[in-house]
Amino acid sequence: MSEHSNSPASGHDDHDHDIAAHVKTYLIIFGALLLGTVITVLMYYVDFSSMAVTVSVALFIASIKAFLVAAYFMHLMSEKKLVYSLLILSGIFFTGLMGLTLWGTHDHPRNTISKTVYVP
Amino acid sequence: MEIPYTYKARPDTGLYNAKVGIWLFLASEIMLFGALFSAYILLRVSAPQGFWPDTALAWPRGLLNIPIGTFNTAVLITSSVTVVLAWASLKMNNFGRFRIYMVITVLCAFAFLGIKSSEYNDKFTHYVVRLKDGKAVTGHLTVNGQHPRFWNFSDQWSVARLATEKVAEIKVAVDPERDIHGHVKHHEGASAEHAERTIATSDIEFMGSYTPSTHPFFAVYFLITALHGLHVLGGALVLAYFAFPGAKMWKTNPEQFTNRIEVGGLFWHFVDLVWIFLFPVVYLL
Repeated sequence: MSEHSNSPASGHDDHDHDIAAHVKTYLIIFGALLLGTVITVLMYYVDFSSMAVTVSVALFIASIKAFLVAAYFMHLMSEKKLVYSLLILSGIFFTGLMGLTLWGTHDHPRNTISKTVYVP
Repeated sequence: MEIPYTYKARPDTGLYNAKVGIWLFLASEIMLFGALFSAYILLRVSAPQGFWPDTALAWPRGLLNIPIGTFNTAVLITSSVTVVLAWASLKMNNFGRFRIYMVITVLCAFAFLGIKSSEYNDKFTHYVVRLKDGKAVTGHLTVNGQHPRFWNFSDQWSVARLATEKVAEIKVAVDPERDIHGHVKHHEGASAEHAERTIATSDIEFMGSYTPSTHPFFAVYFLITALHGLHVLGGALVLAYFAFPGAKMWKTNPEQFTNRIEVGGLFWHFVDLVWIFLFPVVYLL
């Protein structure tokens, strides 16, 4: 028990109790993530007859899972303002990048992609 | 000189410095993976309609093993939980439990990499063979009674190599038929799955293994998953360091050590987060 003598933070009961509550949350999130994974795979076997719907469903579930990881495991639920500012900036650039990608999706040079010649 | 703000919060940011550092790094990582995902989207959307390999360069679906991918996802999610539990254990002053969780995390990381390697092995030895009559066959290859091996990168077969080495015929353990969604077709009178078929070299127009040069899907699949794999490896090494040699800091500076675990954990969660998107994108869509 020697390692227990040097407490990292204010090791009083309230604090320990707080962390214990967090641990319970982490385990619930763990269950939710596994469930999300199973649902994602099940959705693959559902024929939505539209690729747009299939993609949206898959990315929607992935976004929920990503939110759970970021919000709880990465403590973004209660983080300082600076971290949010950084992530908002990242978010803007990321959205811009994806926006440009989608914008350019049907704008490829002629006679390059539609040809079905197999080039080894 | 003492490094400032290793555990005390800097008054103007309200954070210890390492946390600002890791978030800046993660912000740049978002852009790195974002760029690769955007490349994926561009290739995916501009691919011709149809089912690969019947339609050359159409986007292949169902080529990756979904149960294995699902299992690997669960492995990575587990490691993400254990690393945050390791941090919580330190917060609760329980070093013994911290170490157990860290060991589980690192084991999960290597399990993930091991499973991914075996998936890579499967792809490197899997071939598409296009015949001169316009039909295409996919499956694992046998040449001169031997299977090409993944760990020997030079052991890749092509039409040119077959000609050079004067191989008259090859054998392909043909994959089961799939529909456009990548689901295996089950129909009456279907021949046994993986039936071996012999193909004369003179009938082959093109052949290539499931490697980056064969199809844009493999190019982008290997690029993103290998970069992700490197992140897993790097993270695992750092966490293993914290679990053992680096853990002596717990005796001298427990607050800073706890923060190190939090920062290492943040990176690890990010790696998990990338996989959460990567799994549906490359395996299911």
